Amino acid sequence: MTRALPQVTPPPFAPPCPVGTPCLAPGDVVRVLPGGGGPGHVRTPWYLRGAVGRIERICGDFPNPEELAYGRDGRPARTLYRVRFAMAELWGARAERPEDTLDAEIFEPWLEPVHAS
Amino acid sequence: MRTDDPETGRRWHDMGGDAAGPAPGPDHDFALWEKRVDALVQIAQAKGVFTVDGLRRALEDMGPDAFETMTYYERWVAALAQNLIEHGVVTVAELDARMAQVAARGETYGDAQGAAE
Repeated sequence: MTRALPQVTPPPFAPPCPVGTPCLAPGDVVRVLPGGGGPGHVRTPWYLRGAVGRIERICGDFPNPEELAYGRDGRPARTLYRVRFAMAELWGARAERPEDTLDAEIFEPWLEPVHAS
Repeated sequence: MRTDDPETGRRWHDMGGDAAGPAPGPDHDFALWEKRVDALVQIAQAKGVFTVDGLRRALEDMGPDAFETMTYYERWVAALAQNLIEHGVVTVAELDARMAQVAARGETYGDAQGAAE
């Protein structure tokens, strides 16, 4: 399948927030995981589930909001990435401007690397 | 009304990409009580007994019916109360007693100040 993949130019500075050992790097192609059907506070919007995009930058490590939501401390902190998607990837034929892109900030547990063939 | 979809795991509040209609303009002011709810949220966050993550989780769990029938700050104050009970800041009985006391003052700020006497 041919997927529209946006280009990225990572910022020329280090992440503004502390970051430990990120598993992904700017430029990597990633897929947003589909998630389960269970209950709970989920921080990855539905319209991005399963979509393929490219890491634009590393934002830093932050307490996990899906744990903070229940009054826990959110540790260990999770790496947050800004991921860029082509509108054509997200909306298909419904995209008003397929060449436009959308950036979303997504935590590492929701992303898996896609190895371009 | 949107509902949770157990087949896909998409929850009712996850509306990104759906038709939303026109956005309301900034032609409204906030009531005093609404500003007080906002202040309470800020104070609870500063005291470390509440997070915006907990707010969102409680709002989501209130369900689509609350979204349709309650105003924005009515939902906020309900979600704040839910979080403060969970955190042990207030008990259900304390909150009930205080709400009854406040309700007994009268329907309006004027009544509460004794203007109706």
